[in-house]
Amino acid sequence: MVIDLNNTAGLLLALAPELVLGFWCLVVMIWVAWRHGSFEDQWVAGVLSLAGLVMALGTVIWLWASDARAAQLAGMMALDPYRYATAVLFLLGAILTVLLSLDYLKREGVRIPEYYLLLLFGTLGMMFMGGGSDLIVIFLGLELMSVAVYVLAGIDRRSPFCAEAALKYFLLGAFASGFFLYGIALIYGATGTTNLVLIGTQVSGFALSSNLMALLGLGLLLIGFAFKVAAVPFHMWTPDVYDGSPTPVTGYMAAAVKAAGFAALLRVLFHSFGGVVVWHEALWWLAVITMVAGNLVALAQRQLKRMLAYSSIAHAGYLLAAVTSGSSAGAAAFLFYALAYTLMTIGAFAVLAAAGRGGERGVSVDDLNGLGSRRPWLAAAMTVFMLSLLGFPGTAGFIGKWYILSAAIDANQQLLAVVLVLTSVISAGYYLPPVMAMYMRAPSSPEAHSETTVAGGARLVVALSAALLVVFGFWPNAALEAARRGSTGLTPAVVYTVEGP
Amino acid sequence: MVLGVFWVFAGVAIVSAFLCITRRSPVASALWLILTLFSLAGIFVLLDAQFIAALQVLVYAGAIMVLFLFVIMLLNLGRQGPSDLRGWPGRLVAAALGLLLAAELWAVRTWAPEEHLRLPEGAIARMSEAEGPVHVISDALFREYLIPFELTSVLLLAAIVGAVVLAKRRL
Repeated sequence: MVIDLNNTAGLLLALAPELVLGFWCLVVMIWVAWRHGSFEDQWVAGVLSLAGLVMALGTVIWLWASDARAAQLAGMMALDPYRYATAVLFLLGAILTVLLSLDYLKREGVRIPEYYLLLLFGTLGMMFMGGGSDLIVIFLGLELMSVAVYVLAGIDRRSPFCAEAALKYFLLGAFASGFFLYGIALIYGATGTTNLVLIGTQVSGFALSSNLMALLGLGLLLIGFAFKVAAVPFHMWTPDVYDGSPTPVTGYMAAAVKAAGFAALLRVLFHSFGGVVVWHEALWWLAVITMVAGNLVALAQRQLKRMLAYSSIAHAGYLLAAVTSGSSAGAAAFLFYALAYTLMTIGAFAVLAAAGRGGERGVSVDDLNGLGSRRPWLAAAMTVFMLSLLGFPGTAGFIGKWYILSAAIDANQQLLAVVLVLTSVISAGYYLPPVMAMYMRAPSSPEAHSETTVAGGARLVVALSAALLVVFGFWPNAALEAARRGSTGLTPAVVYTVEGP
Repeated sequence: MVLGVFWVFAGVAIVSAFLCITRRSPVASALWLILTLFSLAGIFVLLDAQFIAALQVLVYAGAIMVLFLFVIMLLNLGRQGPSDLRGWPGRLVAAALGLLLAAELWAVRTWAPEEHLRLPEGAIARMSEAEGPVHVISDALFREYLIPFELTSVLLLAAIVGAVVLAKRRL
C-alpha cells in the first residue's frame, strides 16, 4: 500500500495508530474527569485505556501487514517497518503495564485514575519517538513521554520515596532534554535541516563527518540519549528513581521508556550519521562501561528492586552493543532483544509486585526463600525471567544475546562481544541467587508467602511473559523474521540526491 | 539608519537582560524582562519579521508576563529574597561559565553558515511582500510543521494533566 502524504486522507492514514491512541487519550480523559470517585471508576479507566492500546496495536499491525509506505520523502513521520515494529514494542509494554496496574493500584491504595491517562500519553510520545523522521518530532515525542513518566514516577503522593524519585527524574530529565535540544540546534546550524534523511544526505554529500559543529551536535544528542536510556556514566538517577516509583511504573520505565530511547537513537544514527565513524567509537566505550559497571554494581545489591534497576542498566549496555554494530543485523538484534527484554523485565517486576507491599522497596532476595514450595507456578515464572535476563539457553534472552553477539562479530567488534559474554557470566552472580532462594531454602516462617498472590491482570502478565519467553527461546524464527523485516526500514529505499544551490 | 536602530535595540536588550538577572526582587526582574522582550520585538521588525514581532509583544511581553507576575503574586514572592549565588564556589562556576560563553561568542563572530544553507539576500523581505508576513508563517506552521504543531498541543495537554495530578490536594 503506497500512501500519498500530500492529500489529507493519506496523511490521516499514515498517522492512524497515533490518531487512534490520541482519540482514546481523550476518551479516558473525559471519563476520568467525569468519574473519579471510587476504585471501580479507576478500574474502568484502566479497561478503557487497555481498549485504546489494543486498538492502536491493531492499527499498527494492519499498516505493517499491508506494507504501508510513503509515495514521497516522509517529512515528519516515517512510514517504514521499523516504525511499526517499535510501535508494537511500546504498545506491548504499555498493555502489560496496564494489566499489572489494574489490581496493584487498588492494593496500594492509590486512587488517581489519571494514572492511565498519563500512561497513554507516554506511550503516544514513544510512538512519535520511534516513528519520527524529523528531530523536532523526536524531541516532542521525547518530551511528551518524559512529562508523562515524571508524573507517573511520583503518582503515589503519600510516599516520600515516590516524591524523591519524581523530583530526581524531573530535574535530571530536564537537564538531559537541554543537552538534546542544544544538539539539535547545532546540527541544524551545520546542515540547515532537521529532517533525518536530509541531514544524512548533507553529512555525506558535503563531507560534514569532520565538521566540528555537526560533531558537537551529535555528541550532545548522544549525551541526551544516554541519559534517557540510563547508560553509564549518565545513569546516576536510575537506581533511586526505579527504586522509589510504584513497581508497575518502574517496569514501564525500565522496558518501554528505555526501548523508546534506543529506537529513536538507532534511527537518528542510521539515517543521519551512517557515514560518521566517530559515534561507533563513542558508543563502543559507552557500551563497554555500561555493561561492566551495571553488572558489577548489581552484584552488590541485596534489595530485589535495586538489583533489577542495576540489571536494567546492564541491559542498556547490551542494547548499546547492538546499536554500535551499525548494521541492519544490529538493528534486527536490537528489535528482538528489546522484545525479549520488555517481556522479562515487566514479568520480573510483576512477580516483585506480587511478593511485596508498600512499594516493594524492602523486598530482598531472602524474602523469596521457599517460594518454590508455596507458590510453584509463580516461582517457575520468576525462574524463567531470571534465566532469560541472564541469557540462559532455551529462553528468548539467550537468542537475543546470541544475535547481538553475531551482529557485533560481523561488524568486526570481537572485543565488544568478549566483554558482553564475560559480563553476562558475571550477571549470573545476581540472577541466580533469587532462583536458589526460591527452590533451595526453606520458607522463613510457616505463614511466609501467604499474602503473595497474583490476581487477574497481573496473573495474565506473568503467565503470558513467561510463556512467550520460552516460546521465543525454542522457536524464535517468527519473531526473528519480524525483527529482520522491521529493521529493513532503517536503510532508506531511495537515495536522495542533493540539488545544488 | 537600520544599523543605528539595531544598536539601540540591542543595547537596551542586553542592559535590561542584565538588570533582569541581577535584581533581587522577582517583580523588578519580571519588569526588566518585559523591556528585553520589547527590544527583541524591535529587532524582529528590522529583520522584516513584523508578524513575529507582533506575536512577541502579544504573547511574550503580554500574556506570558502576566502569567509570571500572577505566579509571583500567588506564591507571595514579592519581597526581596536572598541572592541565588551563595558562597564563592557558585560565583566561581558562574564566572567560568560566563567567560566560556563570551569566548564562544568571540570565536563564532566571523562564522557564517555554509553557502548552500544561506537564503539569498532579501529573500524574506520579498517573500513577505509577495504573500504577506502572516502567510509565510502560517504556510510553514500548518503545512510542513503540521504534525509537530499538533503534537505540541498534546504535549501541553499532558503537562496540564500532570501538573493537576501532582498539585491538586484532593482529586
